[in-house]
Amino acid sequence: MPEEIAIVAVAQTPARRRYADSEPSMLMELTNRLLAETGLPRSAVDFTIAGSCDYLSGLPFAFVSNVDGFGAWPPVYESHLEMDGAWALFEAWVRLQMGDIDIALVAGSGKSSPGSPREIFPLQTDPYVAAPLGLDPVSVAGLQARALLDAGLATERDFAEVVSRSRRSGLSNPNAQVKKDVAVDALLKEPYYASPLRKHDLPPISDGAAAVLIARGKRARELTKRPVWIRGIDHRIDSHHLGLRDLTDSPSCRIAAKGVDLHGGPIDVAELCVRYSPEEIVLRRALELAPGTQINPSGGPLCGHPVMATGLVRVIEVAQRIREGSARRGVAHAASGPALQQNLLCVLEAS
Amino acid sequence: MAERCAVVGIGQTQYARRRSDVSLEGLVREAALRALEDAELGFEDLDAIVIGKAPDALEGVMMPELSLCDALGAVGKPIHRVHTAGSVGASTAISAATLVESGRYQTVLTLGYEKQSEGNATWALGGGRSGSQGAGGSFAPWIRNYIQRSGAPEHIGWKVAVKDRLNACNNPYAHLHMPDITIEKVKESPLLWDPLHFLESCPSSDGAAAMVLTNAAGAKRAPRPPAWVIAHAKRTEFSQFPGRDTVKPVAGVDCAKALYQKAGITDPRRQIDVAELYVPFSWYEPMWLEGHLICDENEGWKMTDAGETEMGGAFPVNPSGGVLSSNAIGASGMIRCLEAASQVRGTAGGCQIDGAKVALGHAYGGAAQYFAMWIVASEPEPKYR
Repeated sequence: MPEEIAIVAVAQTPARRRYADSEPSMLMELTNRLLAETGLPRSAVDFTIAGSCDYLSGLPFAFVSNVDGFGAWPPVYESHLEMDGAWALFEAWVRLQMGDIDIALVAGSGKSSPGSPREIFPLQTDPYVAAPLGLDPVSVAGLQARALLDAGLATERDFAEVVSRSRRSGLSNPNAQVKKDVAVDALLKEPYYASPLRKHDLPPISDGAAAVLIARGKRARELTKRPVWIRGIDHRIDSHHLGLRDLTDSPSCRIAAKGVDLHGGPIDVAELCVRYSPEEIVLRRALELAPGTQINPSGGPLCGHPVMATGLVRVIEVAQRIREGSARRGVAHAASGPALQQNLLCVLEAS
Repeated sequence: MAERCAVVGIGQTQYARRRSDVSLEGLVREAALRALEDAELGFEDLDAIVIGKAPDALEGVMMPELSLCDALGAVGKPIHRVHTAGSVGASTAISAATLVESGRYQTVLTLGYEKQSEGNATWALGGGRSGSQGAGGSFAPWIRNYIQRSGAPEHIGWKVAVKDRLNACNNPYAHLHMPDITIEKVKESPLLWDPLHFLESCPSSDGAAAMVLTNAAGAKRAPRPPAWVIAHAKRTEFSQFPGRDTVKPVAGVDCAKALYQKAGITDPRRQIDVAELYVPFSWYEPMWLEGHLICDENEGWKMTDAGETEMGGAFPVNPSGGVLSSNAIGASGMIRCLEAASQVRGTAGGCQIDGAKVALGHAYGGAAQYFAMWIVASEPEPKYR
């Protein structure tokens, strides 16, 4: 049996189009909030791990200054992934499994505002045959949307329904960047942006950060009355080559779902990394979510997409609902790469 | 919960100024396949893959685990990517070891690489700003400070440069083979960053290095002797603050203390048979001997001067030729860890230190602020001298 590990405190900045503050200053604020909430001194955190991306700020080694934000004096036991903070959570969870340390601080942060994501993200694709084409995430999402339409698995109305519901949910989320009550028919009247996608099918460009404290069993119970237990966490990747993939499905999600025993109990809430509205259709199918599962009550990434924190925010949104008692068991999903190439699932549960 | 972790496969590419014969996929696959061949395993035997490299800007490929996952047999599996500056190769090995030690996975491939010829390393190492002095420019003032503090004579750096380049002649994978190198030649080579001469600096290489890690059950089935991971440690501190000791950073001292304590090592100089230290500039050999408590302060250069760190010496350092002979940044820390493992497996070929049973692999990065170290041994419960 794995060690029992729980999320004991969470913090996130609102997603904003642009923060004047630096990434380290966002991380410092979140770290201080987590420590204040749990009453822990910095020295009580045994392991720290963060996820961020140099390319967003255009500075090699940008992550080095993030250390200034979460604190490293006296020196700390620390690591960094060039990935969404959700993967940092995975590594922290694995590290606590070893049983010799109790508390880990996990962060994810990103500022997309200094650059142009549509120009930067093609660099994620294969550098020899794909990157020179400038195949950007919006275009790839368009291909995925088209595959769904062609396969008869979705209609443009389905995409618009995802957007309408998500942006309406965002109205009750203080951290949402884009929120409004807009009818499906009105959305469908808008022009195409990257056919069959309309501008509203895309996430906003956001700056933001997220952080959580996790702790092992006994320590978790000491630190909070409402620990949120991590019952399973798994991540998998699909082929990079779009031509080798069925874009209407997510085999990596299906494997990860087995890995976290997703269907071992009812799922009250799912926070999915839906960056483009058609992705929700793919994820619902691959995760075989029951009709009773509430999807993206926060509004999801369509309401705020602080790259490198977006996945960890999904974990936080599920954890908060479990802490507040509006859900008992939920799943958070994080994604990386074009057309949901890489996926992480984390099942959370109340005590 | 905790499982033992062992290195059962090691693979390296040829390191070179420019590996234009292979793509990025070809480069990482060369190391991965050699590591799997050494372990007599296939991609199908791997539960997870952990890769590491320095900034994406070195090759201009963002989050390369996405485009390399097919070449590394990772499709359908977990793969994650570590980035902790120059220490990344060792951090990546440690991250992978944790996956095994935690009991999460049985067999994991870990790989570090850099294909520096695809970009401009000095630009990237300067934080992407123009007019960069490069890494040597950052370290030179601290090296001068060390010389001043320790009273070391100027030939110490030249001596390390010659020793590591001669050691590299026994390493078929090394980028630099300089059998004719002499103290005179190092001294006469252009002064890049006082006191560092051209021949006291690491090259810029293309290359990849990989290891297959597995648990005790996996090690039992391994065709060749395993190297047991006895302990590992990591420490990080701020890049700058008033009063920071940049010659002997506290994070480096803390990291070594934590490592030795976990390994049960009380006298590292006697109990460690061979060390692969991250020495990108010659003077870092004595600086890390002191900075990681292998000897007392101001004694490191005396060990070097007395020939103790040579292959036949009492404390051999970098028999592989070290970072001074091959430096594909993201791989360099991984190479230190796997060369240490190679020594205790007895598979280090011409670089082998006779009877090596306990070895240290080490890397540092950033403004000498990130440290990652591991101890490997030929036995799971080593008996120290």
